[in-house]
Amino acid sequence: MRTVTSREHTNREYEQELRRLREQLLLMGAKIEEMIRGSIRALVERETALAEQMISFDKRINQLELEIDEQCMQILARRQPVASDLRFITMALKLVTDLERIGDLGVNICERVVELNAEPPLKPYVDMPNMAREVQEMLHEALDAFVAADADRAQHVIVRDRNIDAYYSQIFRELLTYMMEDPRNIFRATRLQSIAKYLERIGDHVTNLGEMVVFMVKGKDIRHGGRQVI
Amino acid sequence: MSAPAPNSTPVTKLTVRDLCVYYSEKKGVGPVTMDIAEKHVTAFIGPSGCGKSTFLRALNRMNELIPGCRMTGEVKLDGDAIYGAGVDPVTVRRRIGMVFQRSNPFPKSIAENVAYGLRIGGLKDEREIAMRVERGLQHAALWDEVKDRLDDNALGLSGGQQQRLCIARALAVEPEVLLMDEPASALDPIATAHIEELINEISSDYTVVIVTHNMQQAARVADYTAFFYMGELVEFDRTDVLFTKPSNQRTEDYITGRFG
Repeated sequence: MRTVTSREHTNREYEQELRRLREQLLLMGAKIEEMIRGSIRALVERETALAEQMISFDKRINQLELEIDEQCMQILARRQPVASDLRFITMALKLVTDLERIGDLGVNICERVVELNAEPPLKPYVDMPNMAREVQEMLHEALDAFVAADADRAQHVIVRDRNIDAYYSQIFRELLTYMMEDPRNIFRATRLQSIAKYLERIGDHVTNLGEMVVFMVKGKDIRHGGRQVI
Repeated sequence: MSAPAPNSTPVTKLTVRDLCVYYSEKKGVGPVTMDIAEKHVTAFIGPSGCGKSTFLRALNRMNELIPGCRMTGEVKLDGDAIYGAGVDPVTVRRRIGMVFQRSNPFPKSIAENVAYGLRIGGLKDEREIAMRVERGLQHAALWDEVKDRLDDNALGLSGGQQQRLCIARALAVEPEVLLMDEPASALDPIATAHIEELINEISSDYTVVIVTHNMQQAARVADYTAFFYMGELVEFDRTDVLFTKPSNQRTEDYITGRFG
């Protein structure tokens, strides 16, 4: 696995601590990816048991957040990291918050899926699985960019968020027509609209991840309009 | 630490151009070109033997005292060449004082240690001397601890107090620049904290240049930091930049502990 600086620390124990932290972050990311994928499959294939199984992932994700926070604190206190190590640790502390929020949104998706699966299907799902796949791919790419310390890929993730926003408006418009057609559609349509909104929020969190990776690699802050400077 | 605002350009106190120092034909350091900012703290870091102390000594002509040592290039203090023809090295060293790694008080009283430079400088007025001794000790944050025993032997002070006494002695002659060669490396953390606070305080009146092995110390006290490696100045930047996003890979490797 490549780090920001490929050379290893003279102090092997420190090197181990950083490697372990990186692995924990990736484990957390992988759990979340699996959760998003499972939640949409549970929707499309109307598998309530799968949705419930995905909800149970959240406990492990939350536990990982606490572990990662603790590891960062320990490294800050004991190693006084600087330069790329400092950027890595401070970003890990922030990354973990976004990942945890994505996990919570995954839970929200599953809760809506459980409600929807208790009703007859409103319509065949087309855009929603596509949107979910796009979000999932973005998340995967952001995590890959993090592992490979690849700022260009991280930038690409940020650009992709536009697609998510476009999907959301399209799904929203379509659901609106269903609701206007028949008030009995409203219960299901609003639940679907919530799921689309959760996916859109996940896209925003993934964009944050991309920005953090760029900062970690290049030391440049591209948030809040700083993107143009790159 | 008062980090300079990114857009403020401090006044240059020492101008160094293409400075090389040789020990009997073997190059110790250089060529180094840098501007040292007035009334700021500049730190030199780097592994042992990287040339940082050699370079520091070249800034007040201390290397001349080492046999076989010669140098090329230029050092200017307020625009005047300190190695110029007819410049008295003693005058240079009065304007650019120095504090060493091991505190070296004279076996005299506390007051006489601080008064020493004033007396050899020809000052005779005892009231003036007493006043400047007090001011020096206050500047060095030692006054409160020693004011009731100024006539005691300086060697009875603790290591940290002795080092602050040496700083008081250097400050008593009112230099413009203070060079410090690892001033806290032999001290415990509390004595070190005293020295660091002292550096911070005197930097509003003096230009301070410090050599340190302790990178965290450079990060804590310095406005600017220079990284030396194998006789070469590798990177020189604002401390906040150098310790968060250094531009040179060798700096990155050194400060993150990826060397050797």
